[in-house]
Amino acid sequence: MKPGVFSKALKSGAIWGFVVLELIFFSVAGEFLSLSDKAFMDWENMLLLLKQSAPIGIIAMGMTIVMVNGNIDLSVGATFAIAAIVLLDSMTWPIFAGLGDWVIPVAWLLALAVGMLLGALNGFIVWKTGVDAFIVTLGAMLGYRGIVFMFNGEQPTSHLNWTLVDFAEAEFLGLATASWFLLAVTFAIWFLMAKTVHGRNAYAIGDNREAAVNAGIRVGPHMMINFAIIGFLAALSAVVFYSESGSVNPNDGQLYELWVITAVVLGGTKITGGAGNVIGTFGGVIAIQLLRKGLGHIGADTSTVNLVIGLILIAVLVLDRQLNIKGKEELKL
Amino acid sequence: MTDPVLRLEDIVKTFPGVRALDGVSFAVMPGEVHALMGENGAGKSTLMKVLGGIHQPNEGHIYMGDEKVVMAGPLEAKAKGIVFIHQELSLAEELSVAENIYLGELPTKSFGRVDSAKLDEQTNAILKKLNVSFDASTRVGDLSIANQQMVEIARALTVDAKAVIFDEPTASLTDAEKVVLFDVISDLKATGVGIVYISHRMEEIFKMTDRISILRDGQYQGTVDTAATNEEAVTQMMIGRKLDLSRNASTHDLGEVALEVRGLSCGKLYKDVSFEVRRGEVLGFYGLVGAGRTEIAETLFGLRDPSAGQILLNGEEVRIHSPADAIARGISLVPEDRKGQGLILGMNCRDNMTLPQVDDLKAGPFVAEGAEIAIFDQYRDRLDIRTPGWRQQVGNLSGGNQQKIVIGKWLSMHPSVLIVDEPTRGIDVGSKSEIHKLLRELAAQGYAVVVISSEMPEVLHVADRIVAMYSGQIMRTFTAAEVTEDNLIQAISGITPGQAA
Repeated sequence: MKPGVFSKALKSGAIWGFVVLELIFFSVAGEFLSLSDKAFMDWENMLLLLKQSAPIGIIAMGMTIVMVNGNIDLSVGATFAIAAIVLLDSMTWPIFAGLGDWVIPVAWLLALAVGMLLGALNGFIVWKTGVDAFIVTLGAMLGYRGIVFMFNGEQPTSHLNWTLVDFAEAEFLGLATASWFLLAVTFAIWFLMAKTVHGRNAYAIGDNREAAVNAGIRVGPHMMINFAIIGFLAALSAVVFYSESGSVNPNDGQLYELWVITAVVLGGTKITGGAGNVIGTFGGVIAIQLLRKGLGHIGADTSTVNLVIGLILIAVLVLDRQLNIKGKEELKL
Repeated sequence: MTDPVLRLEDIVKTFPGVRALDGVSFAVMPGEVHALMGENGAGKSTLMKVLGGIHQPNEGHIYMGDEKVVMAGPLEAKAKGIVFIHQELSLAEELSVAENIYLGELPTKSFGRVDSAKLDEQTNAILKKLNVSFDASTRVGDLSIANQQMVEIARALTVDAKAVIFDEPTASLTDAEKVVLFDVISDLKATGVGIVYISHRMEEIFKMTDRISILRDGQYQGTVDTAATNEEAVTQMMIGRKLDLSRNASTHDLGEVALEVRGLSCGKLYKDVSFEVRRGEVLGFYGLVGAGRTEIAETLFGLRDPSAGQILLNGEEVRIHSPADAIARGISLVPEDRKGQGLILGMNCRDNMTLPQVDDLKAGPFVAEGAEIAIFDQYRDRLDIRTPGWRQQVGNLSGGNQQKIVIGKWLSMHPSVLIVDEPTRGIDVGSKSEIHKLLRELAAQGYAVVVISSEMPEVLHVADRIVAMYSGQIMRTFTAAEVTEDNLIQAISGITPGQAA
């Protein structure tokens, strides 16, 4: 076997191996530690897990293409909150009063458009100024969050539309609405990245921007499209989640950017760009959600969950680096 | 007889599936410049890593003087007096010359403060020996590549070096800078240090070295006295073939003018440059690094905006604002830095080759993979690209095959002008002659080819006419009949015929 083959195979499947490991661990540990006598690997429980993965998962798909492209977006949590407010508030606007339930698609479109625009704005600034995406979206994260607080102060924004709640709580073929959205987005972004010219160019730009420019690729528009996509997905995530919950706090979505990036990195996307895919990211999202649920199942509290996820993230990256060095006989630096 | 400073005996190093070194032996005497030659992949790098303590040999021994040594790691190799001057410089650009030279062993005062006075004094003493034009406090990032290399050499002089290994030291140096480097090497040699000199450039090898050891496919081919051999013999030992570098002007008829440049200027980089290239012609650009050749290519390719002048393509004036513009008009650039500017190393061969045209190949929203594979297969056969298949990552190919991928990428776009900047930099001898042959063939097929090179034998071999540049200006354009090595050197050194005595 050629050097690197083993580590590569291990790497591409590693996150799924980790998912299986978690399932086994929590099932066994749950037998001894859990207070409930329900098995962890219960079918209902797994379906719920998929649904709960959706808010982070939908955004993570966008983050995958943004990071493969060589950028990062820290403003997704704030965009998520803004889109939620637009969704819930716009349904109460007097101009839409005559629409009846037709206000729902209007509010959805409005929220999605706002998310996409905020994302595109980030991308436009990165494109035209050449400032690093990390800085631009760090600024946007603070700025967009400021807008959230300007809107309603510390008060939550609430509106329950029962038709909408019914839609969000509906199940089709056993899967919840949110799960369907997660799967659809995963497929769409997979298709975009693996099969289209835009996806191909995004990889090229992330891997070697100079060579991409020299091949006649217009780097800026591709980056802006990807920021628009992640903005749209942050809004979609909000729309799916708040259709059901009906109330948004001004702090909602905080730290989402970090959970999303954690999932993407766990899924094997290179933080420097050029490599990664949504299948890995999907694994990363599931792995995190399993960990949260599993630790809850065996009686750990939230702070423990965060500590464990942090440790695992670092452990995974250390392992990944070791495998890489083995495969390539790289210099030890 | 004196003992060699460094002696290798039957070194074997295997990697899974590969015998990278297979019984290599050679010895470096004090005060000797010993060339190590071989094609890319012959095992030179592995051998150096064994010497530097990065790899441990599976069999064989290393001796220094009469003592058997084991290099457990890079630090130990350095402590034993083996110093490497790498092809790729490893300097911290934001730090000063002195800080770079003493990095890791800065002299300190109380509380761990850096003793700047002592640092600068020690550094200037070394710099004086090297006879360089900068001082200890200069920021390394402000130095030219050649001077940065001097900093690396200065660093070597701070330890009690017994053997200094130069790995392709002239790869990014101009001819004038090389002269300075060679002086330094001669000085080192005079102090009794053993020098291992790794290079692909025959000219230098024959000028600088005392003996030559040759590797082929990890096997030691023998050591010869430089004075008692010639380029052909050495090349044959390396590859078992001959490298043809004879003069090579076109025999076919030239077509109409494909590209004409009139009075083109770009700030201080180059001024008032005019030339034309016909279909079927190879126009060479020769000059020192920094003479403005690459910058002209970058302007033609839309990476720089000219401050004055006209560019005419097939007789029509054009303005080129971006590489996308240039490509659309049929101008292609094979850049100087293949890995940094030309290839997406993480992508496979096919995707690299079709990168500029995937957008044209798409079927609906899809990338048309079938069409891509067809293009790859066509140019793999035409350019004889040796790869297991299109799925192979470009980063795993040899330099010569990588360069062919870049060339194939542009040929598949059917350009009218092909600009090639340093076509054979870092490519082994065998592939070099293939690339040369290819460039000649492309001209014969009616392409207008512009070749920029820092290697005189290369421009002389490949080009029909040669533009000599000095300090941003064209000094003279030579036809095949006019050019000689002497008048070419004079032109690129800024000497006009009247001045030359």
